[in-house]
Amino acid sequence: MTAVIETHDLGKQYGRKWALRNCTMSIPEGKVTGLVGPNGAGKTTLLSLAVGLLTPTCGSITVLGGHPGDGPAQLGKVGFIAQDTPAYAGLSVGKHLLMGAYLNANWDHELARSRIDRLGLDPRQKAGTLSGGQRAQLALTMAIAKQPDLLLLDEPVASLDPLARREFLQGLMETVAGRGGSVVLSSHLISDLERVCDYLVLIVASHVQLAGDVAGLLATHHRLSGPRRDPRSLPSGQQVIEQSHTDKQSTFLVRTDRPILDPAWTARPVTLDELVLAYLGQAQNPSPGRRPVLGVVS
Amino acid sequence: MIEFQLDTASGVATYLQLVQQVRHALQLGILEPGDRLPTAQQVVAKLAINPNTVLKAYRDLEREGLVRPRPGQGTFVVGTLPRSDPAVQERFLASMTAWLRKARAAGLGPDDVEAIYRTAVRDSFAEGVA
Repeated sequence: MTAVIETHDLGKQYGRKWALRNCTMSIPEGKVTGLVGPNGAGKTTLLSLAVGLLTPTCGSITVLGGHPGDGPAQLGKVGFIAQDTPAYAGLSVGKHLLMGAYLNANWDHELARSRIDRLGLDPRQKAGTLSGGQRAQLALTMAIAKQPDLLLLDEPVASLDPLARREFLQGLMETVAGRGGSVVLSSHLISDLERVCDYLVLIVASHVQLAGDVAGLLATHHRLSGPRRDPRSLPSGQQVIEQSHTDKQSTFLVRTDRPILDPAWTARPVTLDELVLAYLGQAQNPSPGRRPVLGVVS
Repeated sequence: MIEFQLDTASGVATYLQLVQQVRHALQLGILEPGDRLPTAQQVVAKLAINPNTVLKAYRDLEREGLVRPRPGQGTFVVGTLPRSDPAVQERFLASMTAWLRKARAAGLGPDDVEAIYRTAVRDSFAEGVA
């Protein structure tokens, strides 16, 4: 699998504080990748490094095989929508498109115009007076019209109301269906991404806690509940991600490639939301051994 | 043309929901051979889902011999699904009712029955999920 973004021991330091440290990851081509993690995990720093707005303190990052921000050709291949989808408040919608046409070699003016038309935006309106949803759509239009191979979006829908959020993601997915390409979007809310992403990278405190194809991740994780039992007595192929116990009952979230055969368990599939929360919990309470000790009540 | 709906609370994978809706439409005669399915772009523009999800659903349907893509034109229905025979349905309803009476006589409540039913459905219709 070819990678659109590849990092190795990547780090960015501000003064004495590390915003990102020892980050090694690979994001595959042709996917819509969700970059998920709590606030402060380093998502924004990582995306800014990928565009070339920041330079690494240490380590390396490769984007589409090149160095981020390395000349017009590299810049032209990457589209970026920064957090809160900023626009120039004093410039009209039409001037934004004009600026796009001047600054980008591959600018598709027809696409930009028709998209603005379809959205019902007035080209004479100043961007500063647009609603949050309209401004986000303007930013998306700019990023699409530049025809990049890779589109990076930093928390694009975080500040939008549910309807605007839906409309934004519809527009984004329509573009992916129409012209392909790779998309990476970050969010601290998995529910935003659940339907649109086919690849997930969960990043906690700079580290990749979980990465993989969404369908594959969902198929290999199960929620088991049944009579109380010691996690050490589970089959060796089942990795415990999360567990909770009452005096009578045990509940596990396990990762396994094999079917759940034990009839004592009630097994049910997990949602992406549950999965991410379980891995976040695991990251916060790392257990030295894979199988924590548990006294079994008989 | 059919329009897909999503039930996000169902826990059923999105691509599977699309597959089931096409199968259901075939069973009901809403879709017939020669009908065109919506393009991936049309589906994602409405549902805001990943286009690969739609393509995966269409590939599954193609593998079952129910639809076929025609390059540049779209994906078309080529197969049919038999509508379930009302007589067969009636027979199974009768045996299910008899079974439920026995369960009730044995002291099982609706919750017990539902738990048994869900386990049995999972065991009998498991679709190769690892």
